[in-house]
Amino acid sequence: MTKKDKFGPPFNPRGKPLEANEMEKIPHIRAKAPAKYAWAAGTAMSRFLEELKNGKIIGRLCAQCDRVLVPPRMFCERCFKPTTEWVYLPGTAVVETFSISYIDQNANRIKEPILVGTVAFDGAPPDCGIMHYFGEMKPEELKIGMPVEPVWKPQNERVGSILDIKYFRPRKK
Amino acid sequence: MNLKKIRKDVAVVGAGMTVFARRLQETGKEMAWEAAKMALDEAGLTLQDIDAVIMGSAPDAFDGVHKKGDWLLDGAGGTNKPYMRVFIGGGTAVFAPIAGWWHVASGMFQRVLVVCEEKMSSVQPHAQSAFGHIWDPILDRPLKPNLVWIFSMEMQRYMYKYNVRYEDIALVAVKNKRNAVGHPCAQLADPNITLEDVLNSEPMALPVRRLDISPPSDGAAAIVLVSEDVAYEHTDTPVWIDGVGWCIDTTMWTNRDLAFPKFVARAAKMAYEMAGIKDPRKEIDFAEPYDPFDYKELQHLEGLLLAEPGEAAIMTREGKTQRDGEFPVCPSGGLLGVGNPIAAALGIKIGELYWQLAGKAGPRQVKKDVRTGVAQAWGDLMQVSSVVVMRRR
Amino acid sequence: MRDVVVLGVGATAFTSQTPEVNWKELMYDAAVKAYADAQIDPRRDVDSFITCAEDFWEGFSIFDEFTPDQLGAVMRPMMTVTGDGLQGLANAYMQIKTGMFNIVVVEAHSKVSELLTYEHVVEMAFDPIYERPLSAERNVHPYYVAGLEMNLYLHATGTTEEQCAFVAVQNRRQALSNPLAPYGARIGLQEIYRSGYAFSPLKKWEIASRADGSIVFVLAAEEIARRITKKPLVYLEGIGWSSESPWISARSADAGYARRAAQLAYRQAGITDPRRQIDVIEVEDRFAFKELQHLEALGFARPGEAGWLAQSGALGLDGELKVNLSGGSLGCGDLLEASALQRALEIVLQLRGEAGARQVPNARVGVAQSWRGLPHGTGAVAVFARRD
Ligand SMILES: [Zn+2]
Repeated sequence: MTKKDKFGPPFNPRGKPLEANEMEKIPHIRAKAPAKYAWAAGTAMSRFLEELKNGKIIGRLCAQCDRVLVPPRMFCERCFKPTTEWVYLPGTAVVETFSISYIDQNANRIKEPILVGTVAFDGAPPDCGIMHYFGEMKPEELKIGMPVEPVWKPQNERVGSILDIKYFRPRKK
Repeated sequence: MNLKKIRKDVAVVGAGMTVFARRLQETGKEMAWEAAKMALDEAGLTLQDIDAVIMGSAPDAFDGVHKKGDWLLDGAGGTNKPYMRVFIGGGTAVFAPIAGWWHVASGMFQRVLVVCEEKMSSVQPHAQSAFGHIWDPILDRPLKPNLVWIFSMEMQRYMYKYNVRYEDIALVAVKNKRNAVGHPCAQLADPNITLEDVLNSEPMALPVRRLDISPPSDGAAAIVLVSEDVAYEHTDTPVWIDGVGWCIDTTMWTNRDLAFPKFVARAAKMAYEMAGIKDPRKEIDFAEPYDPFDYKELQHLEGLLLAEPGEAAIMTREGKTQRDGEFPVCPSGGLLGVGNPIAAALGIKIGELYWQLAGKAGPRQVKKDVRTGVAQAWGDLMQVSSVVVMRRR
Repeated sequence: MRDVVVLGVGATAFTSQTPEVNWKELMYDAAVKAYADAQIDPRRDVDSFITCAEDFWEGFSIFDEFTPDQLGAVMRPMMTVTGDGLQGLANAYMQIKTGMFNIVVVEAHSKVSELLTYEHVVEMAFDPIYERPLSAERNVHPYYVAGLEMNLYLHATGTTEEQCAFVAVQNRRQALSNPLAPYGARIGLQEIYRSGYAFSPLKKWEIASRADGSIVFVLAAEEIARRITKKPLVYLEGIGWSSESPWISARSADAGYARRAAQLAYRQAGITDPRRQIDVIEVEDRFAFKELQHLEALGFARPGEAGWLAQSGALGLDGELKVNLSGGSLGCGDLLEASALQRALEIVLQLRGEAGARQVPNARVGVAQSWRGLPHGTGAVAVFARRD
């Protein structure tokens, strides 16, 4: 059987695969990407971060479609109209989905898994929430639909960041 | 939008691709040249015949090169020509040919070359390092996310909402890695892989395990598109681009329904309406949906309206999506089997449709007679999709 | 074949910093203005959206993710062109010409004030193996290539440094009559000379300063536009784009990319004698000499002639050629990929008769030209016209 019979097109594709160690041996240039940025948070997110510092979750109401947008935005992407009102939410939430991760950001393996997922805030429409960690539970206890609440950092450690919430834990009855 | 008033019909008359591998010695420019040359050769054309060049390539961060499109252009044959790079993240693989389509369908150009290139091995220590910069800087980045996380969350939600079993999802990985045995460019073809291999592979971010994921890859692919006015000058078996569609959902991924990809359905409806397809399940013969993860093949089949939500898993279990099944899916071996050099997946999506519909796919040729196929890709932050319907006449 | 018109335009003011808004809010601002101008609802009327952006300008690996919401493009066809605003318009033009799309929106912006390492990012566009080490080794600003290209141009055409300096004086002065432009100034040749060589023979004040801003265009098929508005329409009569070899050493002295792009655009628009047929001209002037080089490439002057025209005052509101009345990039600021749309915007305002103090009486045909900047030779040309 010729190679042509064994495979379909493309015939005789070119390209020379390398093993990881060969990569080190061929001529190559190393460089770091020296790109640095300072993004303005913008009107809506600035307030959101400010309220996190106060231990509060805040959203914006779209009067047109009657949704509370969390995280807040100054305009509604569905109606393409300005949002009209700031709305405080209780902060309690429901687990929308989750993952039990055995890898970190750079794909290194880790022993203790990270529990991470998305939550939808009470007082906002379903699917309206943020990504965050979960804590004070075992991996097997984590379920979709589980009621959770934020665990805040002590006030003097909060800086106006999503990390002012340490994680979400099962809600006490 | 008027989906029935196209000025010029557009045909694919040649395709080419390099091997896909974790690391290739060739630079991005060299890979682009190899793929472009193969596509031109198959079409019986030279670069002088080409009016314009369209480039598809994913993040500049892979190469550490700013304005990567302009940098790659001599490799792609764009020197001194109208040259355009378009970019919708992972969706680029099927989107660059759509951009090629409107270059020709507009009547502005007769023969164009679409080249897609990806070199993921340049970024260190891992392609994931580039993906660290795709997140919202305020909401997501402080949590130090790995890209696999969100796919895992999406898969979890999909399984929960539509009652899908992990064992059925894993069968997709088995099917595609076996299909890839017939592909000369394949990186992860495995004739002996079993369901147990996938179920027992290393946990990454559960429910996702190592063999549920397509590998990062280097590679390039290219196709030649021509206008109806000249198509038969170049081949007796042109394959026509009869439908195109694309759609993007909101940036706020934590505000989306993660179980059903509405934006895929919207892109598919656009492409189907343009192609005059009313009942996609009856009128489409096979599919090359985007399969960077095994569950994505299922979710995308459902988004493409080729299965009800949750049904694609059952079709897979029943063997309907095998190459010799009643509805072959990813006969190329897909990203899971051939490899996932993001934009260069052009070669295993549009390229495979072309070879299958022209009856040239050799041992990969699906059993049944096929006249209409659909290819699809997906990208950005799980939010954008591109769809192409192709036909033999 | 259906014709393509400009149904609406919108822009923020151009400024050196915009800390009060993020890029989404900046784009939203321009989009709202453009949709009001076009009298359309983006959620109902627009078939396709295009934004023009580069990942490293923005600081994201896939910037396309962060574009739909603020343009009203959620759950609609939307894409990114990694090119300048005119390349974005070119895609919209082709989409409409297919017959399938009726209204297409194109956006381009700059949030360059948030990029802290501009020089390094520009340097990252150089070939990493052959070219980048040269400037990295000596820690040279990548704009040195502009000095090389200017030298090449001066030698090839006999243009003088003084003639180039005239451009910098003229465009900054012209910007005083453009309310969107932040860098207007009444200065003379002496100030340009006194600014000193930045990259000899290029002087510091011959280089455009950077600015933030967003511009949105709404293009439509003629028959659709006629149903929406009674106002006279501005037609996009032709558009072309071209790229030279990316290698610095292979660059032409005569801006071959602009010449080829113009040929493509002129052919569609039926322009055979640009100097006679075109009333308003906006050409790329990030570096002052580029304006002269581009005027020649577009056929408004023979090689070496543009400098004399500049020196003799022929390029201006009272001159023979109405060039860069907006102030150009030297006056409006370097808006990255949006500079191309800034030029197109000026042409549209002129043809509509909305250009205020700098209005060219009875302007009917205009051309906008772009260049994507160092180190590449990529650019586009668009011809706009009134037909009424
Ligand atoms: Zn709303």
